[in-house]
Amino acid sequence: MATSTAPPTVRLRPRRTPGTWFRGGGLSNLLFMLPLLFIFGIFSWTPIVQAIVMSVQHTNFLAPPSFVGWANFNQVFHDPEFFVAVKNTGYFAVLALVFGYPIPLVAAVLMSEVKRAKGLYSALAYLPVVIPPVVAVLLWLTFYDASPHGAFNTVLSWVGIPPQPWIQSAATAMPSLVLEATWAAAGGTIIIYLAALTSVAPELYDAAEVDGAGIWKKIWHVTLPQLRGVLLVTLILQIIGTSQVFLEPYLFTKGGPADATITVLLLIYRYAFGSPTGGNYGTATALSILLALFLAVLSFVYFRITKAWSDS
Amino acid sequence: MTSVTQPAATPEVISATGGAAAPEVRSRRFLSRAPKEAEAQDRGIISSMDWRRPGVRAAMRPIHVILLIILIIVGIGPLLWLAKSAITPTQDTLREPMALFPNGVDWTALSRAWSDPQVGIGTQFLNTLWVAVGSWGVQLLVATTGGYALAVLRPKYAKIVNGLVLGTLFVPAVVLLVPLYLIVLHPPVIGAPIINTFWAVWLPAGANAFNILLMTRFFNNLPREVFEAAKTDGAGPFRLFWSIVLPMSRPILGVVSVFAIINAWKDYLWPSLVLANPAVQPLSVRLPLIQPQIELDVFLAALAISTLIPIVLFLIFQGAFLRSAGLGGAVKG
Repeated sequence: MATSTAPPTVRLRPRRTPGTWFRGGGLSNLLFMLPLLFIFGIFSWTPIVQAIVMSVQHTNFLAPPSFVGWANFNQVFHDPEFFVAVKNTGYFAVLALVFGYPIPLVAAVLMSEVKRAKGLYSALAYLPVVIPPVVAVLLWLTFYDASPHGAFNTVLSWVGIPPQPWIQSAATAMPSLVLEATWAAAGGTIIIYLAALTSVAPELYDAAEVDGAGIWKKIWHVTLPQLRGVLLVTLILQIIGTSQVFLEPYLFTKGGPADATITVLLLIYRYAFGSPTGGNYGTATALSILLALFLAVLSFVYFRITKAWSDS
Repeated sequence: MTSVTQPAATPEVISATGGAAAPEVRSRRFLSRAPKEAEAQDRGIISSMDWRRPGVRAAMRPIHVILLIILIIVGIGPLLWLAKSAITPTQDTLREPMALFPNGVDWTALSRAWSDPQVGIGTQFLNTLWVAVGSWGVQLLVATTGGYALAVLRPKYAKIVNGLVLGTLFVPAVVLLVPLYLIVLHPPVIGAPIINTFWAVWLPAGANAFNILLMTRFFNNLPREVFEAAKTDGAGPFRLFWSIVLPMSRPILGVVSVFAIINAWKDYLWPSLVLANPAVQPLSVRLPLIQPQIELDVFLAALAISTLIPIVLFLIFQGAFLRSAGLGGAVKG
């Protein structure tokens, strides 16, 4: 019915021809779009599609790729190391939350009350973030020397604590990794909190004081509720970051001792690039897609929260 | 780079990021009370009345001193240790790593770390600069032209392209690892393999959806009347881009530049895969490889040299770094 009445209105529009397209700036539009289309096309969109295709294919360079269905995913789920890696990554994430979540908040709240040389405090806190991560890990590798003459063990001996094995024992390896990662990242989180703290409306504190609130009550009833959103975002970002931890386990321990620090990303790396006889690319992409699905849920929550914020 | 050091740049930069980052919400509130700022400047959790109470003062002073000492130990301690150990003979560092004054000073470690034919990092240092400069150039080219096309020119297909670009924000980099590696081995369109050339890092760095997001948000907030006026005066799309839009976008160009250079300097996994040849390796890839075959003092000297430029850049552009860190929340994902 609608189709019989539509034609007259359609004909009123000018016909689109290559000529009108050109005069309307179509060519220059395309020229400006070109670097983006070229770079994203080859280095983002193509590999994303390929990742999905490869996860259901068997790919090596000896034979043409063949369709294998869910076999790659099956292989991941039948690999005992997969569960070790998931458990370790979860352990890393939990430890990183225990160490790394409250410390920056407390530090930022205390730093926000500093009257003089505030810049000095934040610059000092941010310095570890500036050190290139590889340098930081290699430096801590020296600190973690397990002999009694190691840097950290020397400091422990000053207070009468016996030397620790640090990254050389399965029990202490993961906490050692998390300690370094927390040191390396805390400064960034502190700066985010400091920015949030300066924007808490002072009227709220004034009002709380009129109601007779002391310092602790002001922190509990004004500061923390005002930071609620930022705290949630840093929480989600930290979980997204720690589920992809690679540098620390790879450079400190290569996943050892006894697989105590093998993480999901390290396992993906091993599947793809770990064997000198050729990569198991299908399995590697299958596992990376499983990780991506987990992270997509988290980032979806993150985007919903930040969107709710900017709308309000 | 210099443009970001202007304090006036901040609010524009932050508001340009829109809802993607937490700071935006805060900054809007910050802006709205800007006129009252003078009177409210020193207002924190603890009021001036609280400060007058002796208990509060007695508690806060030592807390702040202790905090400062902790920050010095944690923030600058490892760097000072690294600087000391870079010029200390290996045996001293091994025997007494925490000794304040080394028995002897050995400057040769620094020069060996730089120019030793086997383990020297002089070449890799320059490579790192190249990687950073090239990634910066590609990212800026893609982000400015793409952002301009998407936000200002707005052809019909802009919405689709924008959606496809923003969609990649949800795909973690690890998914791309294997297919991107295979693409670098056999790139479509380009033809010849680009592995072991800087292009293998430069080109994928350009596919950064967060840059496009920052740019389009910023361009969207520019006053469109200025564009219309320029068009009436006869400016074509190229003139509009080069003489109007880019000069107005210096703050956001600064932010994208800081991110691009920091990320290029920090990246490890991807360069370690595609820049395996020592002649093109950046420092981050080289350092773990030379560690087993080198004396400790020379190795620590190499670490010290690698840290120097980021630290110096941070000390010069402190404000820009800390402001980007406020935005940083949104890039980590």
